[in-house]
Amino acid sequence: MTTGPTQKAPQSMYRDYEGLGVWEHRGKVAAVGIGHSPTSRRWDGTAENSVGANTILAIQKAMEDAGVSPDQVDGLVLDADTTTGAHWQKGDPIPMDVVNSFNPSDDPLDGIAKLSAEWVIKNVPGLTNIKFTAYANHSCMSDCVVVAAQAVGDGLCNNCLVVKGWHNLAGRYYQGGAAAEDTLSGRGQFNLWGAPASYGTASQFAEYCIKYGKNHDMMAPFVVNSKKNGLLFPEGFFAQHRPDVITVEDYISARWIAKPANLFDNDIPIMASAAYLFTTAERAKDMKQKPVYILNHTRTWPRIRGVAPTLDDIESAGDMMGRQLYEGAGITASDVSFENMYDGFTLFHLFHLEGLRYRGVQRGEGLDFFQGDISISGPNPVSPSGGNTGSGRTRFWMHTDSIQQLQGRAGARAVTGIRPEIAISGGTMPQNVEATVWSTTPD
Amino acid sequence: MPKQSPIPDQMTKPFWDACNEGRLVMQACKACDYIQYPPETECFECKSSEHLEWREMSGRGKIRTYGVVHDCPVKTLQVDQPFNVALIALEEDPEIVLYSHLPGIPADEVPVGANVKVIFQETPATGQKVPEWQLAD
Repeated sequence: MTTGPTQKAPQSMYRDYEGLGVWEHRGKVAAVGIGHSPTSRRWDGTAENSVGANTILAIQKAMEDAGVSPDQVDGLVLDADTTTGAHWQKGDPIPMDVVNSFNPSDDPLDGIAKLSAEWVIKNVPGLTNIKFTAYANHSCMSDCVVVAAQAVGDGLCNNCLVVKGWHNLAGRYYQGGAAAEDTLSGRGQFNLWGAPASYGTASQFAEYCIKYGKNHDMMAPFVVNSKKNGLLFPEGFFAQHRPDVITVEDYISARWIAKPANLFDNDIPIMASAAYLFTTAERAKDMKQKPVYILNHTRTWPRIRGVAPTLDDIESAGDMMGRQLYEGAGITASDVSFENMYDGFTLFHLFHLEGLRYRGVQRGEGLDFFQGDISISGPNPVSPSGGNTGSGRTRFWMHTDSIQQLQGRAGARAVTGIRPEIAISGGTMPQNVEATVWSTTPD
Repeated sequence: MPKQSPIPDQMTKPFWDACNEGRLVMQACKACDYIQYPPETECFECKSSEHLEWREMSGRGKIRTYGVVHDCPVKTLQVDQPFNVALIALEEDPEIVLYSHLPGIPADEVPVGANVKVIFQETPATGQKVPEWQLAD
């Protein structure tokens, strides 16, 4: 067992600048198991629907999928922060019946509105041999993936669970709390202008449209395609609860949130958990599922100088991400079969795609690219997972889909216009992104 | 528009005090001449903390980009929806951007690239003044 409380992963585990060369563990770490909980819009107050219960289920499924028993797992990387934007309000009564239906930690909100490694180890039967634990620094499965890949590569563990859970409480996204007060302190004292979460991306997109002579309607094919792909994702929220097709007209006529970001450009917060099982390439050969090898992982977090990133900041960061990914994986953009970058506001998927130079798309060309065939059956699949747009706000669909596509387990969502060999997935926004290169082969 | 009032702390108090005096100041490093905003405990460029000073700016800038907020999370501002939120590029260093509601400019009629000058508006809760920007003559 680990000793002492779990810490955030040290900065030394991240490949966060250019010039590092090919990743020293290229092709030596593999994803072999996937587990998902059911989705729901909000927590219903029961133990069964809590982020804790969802996460236990996802972990058990991932181990079963890989053919690994709990006692064989020796690593756990997760994100302790599980909020979608709604926080437990100070003074709200804690439902002790829910707390006590699990093996609680020192914090009664553990498993309800947060998730510690200690809670997970106490509540997943058989996790008796965990020797390495770490938290992500960034509230995203993308961060957990890169930390776990490095941990397995470095030999800190051999069979590592990679875990992300979300809780979504009652109330509107980011409303209440500080937003309902008359004063603001801390970092908020320089953000008094009421910009909603999607504002930053919207203002960058507005700048993009002026710079390159484009318009918001040109995003419609991407959103329609992502919604369509999401309905083919049986693990996703919309496939499970709201199987509605979205048309170009629906998109163009949707209400604005922060113009030019409309309702469909903003993702919907949900409850769901996912877990992956990573292992060494050597061990992966004997496991139940076809291994998907990791060729590289990166972090790109450049310094932003003002109160918000500008288009220049975003384009510079995205270009850096692309260069870092290709350098460490020893590949070029032309080797990429498909991309699955984050879209949890849709508009910045464009910036990610251009940063990767996916299919040779240069800066200013992405929206024109979206007007062509970007479907899963065509030669240029874009976000085959459907992302958060297609399945709800979890920031993990893109990784699950990348693994499943390369394993040949994506079902109705399988890309058929190309041969899936190398995929890239990552998030969140271009100015703070962790990304991974996946491959069907280790070399 | 009734913005929330910022509560200054030890690091930010000189910035907010200057606003109350009608001056826009930025943290600058005497060692490497780097300007930064919002304030930090050390210079991002050379990591020096002992060389940071407060430097008065011209109060001029340009509208770099904007969005129109239709669904604002901040309660005190919801009554004014939809409203502009622009990013103003500072004349002394256009990489530094500040928010503005662009008082006097109707929603979604923003002249991107136009010159603006700083003004200071009082916030209702504490009376603290905050920087705002309006079209320059």
